[in-house]
Amino acid sequence: MKRAAFGQIGFPILLLIPQLVIIAIFFYWPAGYAIQSSFYLQDPFGFGSTYVGMDNYTRLTTSRTYLSSFWFTVIFTTLVTFFSLAIALLLAVKADKVIRGAKTYRTLLMWVYAIAPPVAGLMGVMLFDQSRGNITQLLASFGYDYRLGVNYWDTAAAMITVSIWKQIPVNFIFFLSGLQAIPRSVREAALIDNASGSSRFWDITFPLLAPTGFFLLIINITYALFDTFGIVDTIVKGEPGNNPMTLVYRVFVDGFRGGDLGGSSAQSVVLMVLVLILTVVQFRFLERRIHYT
Amino acid sequence: MAKVKLDGVRKVYPNGVEAVEPCDIDIPDGELVVLVGPSGCGKSTLLRMVAGLEEITDGTLMIGDAVMNDVEPANRNIAMVFQNYALYPHMTVAKNMGYGLKNRGLPKAEINQKVAEAAKMLNLSEYLNRRPSQLSGGQRQRVAMGRAIVRSPELFLFDEPLSNLDAKLRNQMRIEIRALQQRLGVTAMYVTHDQVEAMTLADRIIVLNAGRIEQIGTPGEIYSQPASTFVASFMGAPPMNIFTGTSDGQQATLDGGVSLNGAGAPSHTGKIQIGIRPEDVALDASGPLPFEVEIVEELGAHRLLHGRLSGQPFSVSVNKDQPAQTGPAKVALKPGAVHFFDAEAGRRL
Repeated sequence: MKRAAFGQIGFPILLLIPQLVIIAIFFYWPAGYAIQSSFYLQDPFGFGSTYVGMDNYTRLTTSRTYLSSFWFTVIFTTLVTFFSLAIALLLAVKADKVIRGAKTYRTLLMWVYAIAPPVAGLMGVMLFDQSRGNITQLLASFGYDYRLGVNYWDTAAAMITVSIWKQIPVNFIFFLSGLQAIPRSVREAALIDNASGSSRFWDITFPLLAPTGFFLLIINITYALFDTFGIVDTIVKGEPGNNPMTLVYRVFVDGFRGGDLGGSSAQSVVLMVLVLILTVVQFRFLERRIHYT
Repeated sequence: MAKVKLDGVRKVYPNGVEAVEPCDIDIPDGELVVLVGPSGCGKSTLLRMVAGLEEITDGTLMIGDAVMNDVEPANRNIAMVFQNYALYPHMTVAKNMGYGLKNRGLPKAEINQKVAEAAKMLNLSEYLNRRPSQLSGGQRQRVAMGRAIVRSPELFLFDEPLSNLDAKLRNQMRIEIRALQQRLGVTAMYVTHDQVEAMTLADRIIVLNAGRIEQIGTPGEIYSQPASTFVASFMGAPPMNIFTGTSDGQQATLDGGVSLNGAGAPSHTGKIQIGIRPEDVALDASGPLPFEVEIVEELGAHRLLHGRLSGQPFSVSVNKDQPAQTGPAKVALKPGAVHFFDAEAGRRL
């Protein structure tokens, strides 16, 4: 390929400026500001701040509500990631085998993708609603008294279910295209080598899907950690009370509802570090074990 | 090792297209049969039906003494070599070769031993721990062969196994495949579109055209007594010259007026087609037939002269020692050089 060369350094920098400005204003500046303010105790009305050193961080490690959110986030992320990947994979494998009406079927499965997270959350709220919710009524017919927004675990279940449901179509699309990228002859060779369909799947299809799966794993963990904000917000309606919260949502609640900007900055810094560690771990250890053809 | 019998086997796709017309094929134990034909003739479909990768619409398939129509591919005791090798990219060479055995529940030691044996036979011993992506095309091809051999199948199926290799490697692998098949004595079906491959490999050739069997015969029979103009022009390089002409029962005349004296004629009278192989013609200054040479192609060992005989396109292959130039020439036919076919269906007369 021919490389285009610029006469001097000024012009390429000029071209890069818009992108750099966006990153600087929307990422580095707030991130830097968060790190800075995490060492201060801020007056809720913005009249001043006091340097408190690591106090905001040490307070996090002893805060029961924060730790409970932390563990909830771990469980939430694990469940959402696992089930949204597993169900999507199952659907993709089945959809891949459909021959007649395949297009309609696939379109229907992908449709959910077009729904905005708050709308998904709202639909979830309606399905799980105390008095009218279809799922609530269904559970009631089994004798279970489901209370969204009141019972901690009931609310958690709704959050997790809606988050999984919302993420399945994305995963489905990627898994389906991943499946279709596996050469037909390789599957046929497996058909001749192995009579058992399930063992064929685990021996051949699954490893060949691993690159797709690894990519989706990162996307899904990020989704569960951050992008579920809208769903959580709709379900707890800004009235956290006794309800479960993810870490990202707690940053918002403590900072903007509780007025504890310093503490919430410390929380965001913790999140940043967490994401950094996760990314390094994923690429370092997981990717190595995956065979890219 | 087993004989294979196809009885009225037919393939119709759900959209109504008949890919393979009902066909009967009998393959004795240990024979290598080559299915040859142009693309879309149904040869691969036929092979895939035998493999179990394609459902058989009608008819019976027997491998050995068992009807195989509804048997899973893995339980047919066959091995297949694919055009693009179809190796498992995430497995080492050894695992690729042993995968089928592992699924049959063979003990590990026995698998390793069989894989090692096959690898030795195919000069792959030092590559057993590599992945397919680290191998060359020829080596991958051999791994695919190895995967087929270790299964000790009753039937080998080859689906254009050499068409992804370069010409030199193709010739070499062709000989290796033939030698291997003869050594192991396993019945084999081999699909190719390359008539040279068909001629050199086959015990018997099945020529297919548009889902129909045109002819089944030894390479010699196919070459010397093609059953139709399709077979005549498909098998042999350069292809047989096909002329239009007439016969009065005594003598055949090419359209354009040139008579083939002494070449005989079919009892059939009226319009016919006449076939002459380029290599069954000799340049001969005192020959009976006028040949207008237009182009001379140098092929090293011999030359191809393209031109017109009786106003119809005609190609002649001559030895490299024989000088040739464009312009008028005379040719003579070798004995038995002329084949007669009927005018419409192209069947041999």
